[in-house]
Amino acid sequence: MNLIISGKSEEVSLNEGTVLELLKVKKVEMPEMVSVELNGNILRQHEYAATTVKEGDQIEFLYFMGGGSLNCYE
Amino acid sequence: MLKLSLELQKELIALALRDSPIETCGYISGIEDEIKEVIPLTNIDHSPEHFSFDPGEQFTAVKEARAKGYQLIGVYHSHPASPARLSQEDLRLANDPRLYYLIISLLNPEKPVIKAFRVISKEVTEVPILITEG
Repeated sequence: MNLIISGKSEEVSLNEGTVLELLKVKKVEMPEMVSVELNGNILRQHEYAATTVKEGDQIEFLYFMGGGSLNCYE
Repeated sequence: MLKLSLELQKELIALALRDSPIETCGYISGIEDEIKEVIPLTNIDHSPEHFSFDPGEQFTAVKEARAKGYQLIGVYHSHPASPARLSQEDLRLANDPRLYYLIISLLNPEKPVIKAFRVISKEVTEVPILITEG
């Protein structure tokens, strides 16, 4: 199946065809810390296992970004 | 070595001072090790001790950077009242080994400090910053 992943056309082989499987195939570390946008719509974490992708879909993965100075005082 | 222009260095410090005491945050985009743009994002925590990106803004930022021929090469945030080092919380949430993590410390607001780090498998390495005139 051909997908547009992070702006690049890629051929991927999936069995179930879910977003969760795609994250595994792409060897995304800590998928629980990744936000996924599918065709312009941001998915919720619980939707990764139930959402399937199809030919030509556009997908973006980004790590959740956060942090802060808590407990960083001298 | 991470290349940061004098102009963008000033921009990062100005953003940190503008948002203080709230932590400012955003992406830096560029080509390989050269920062080309600072991309301020909303700190949805609105906190002086924590920041989180808005996921919607993140996706917009990555696509806009790509359209300009740049990549997201790092993340910045400020420590309004603490040193320019990664906190335990920064480390816990530093999940992308491809990125530079920049901290702007306003511990001494007269002399802000910017430092850059890489985090690979929770191991922190400081990366020297080369300030350029360009």
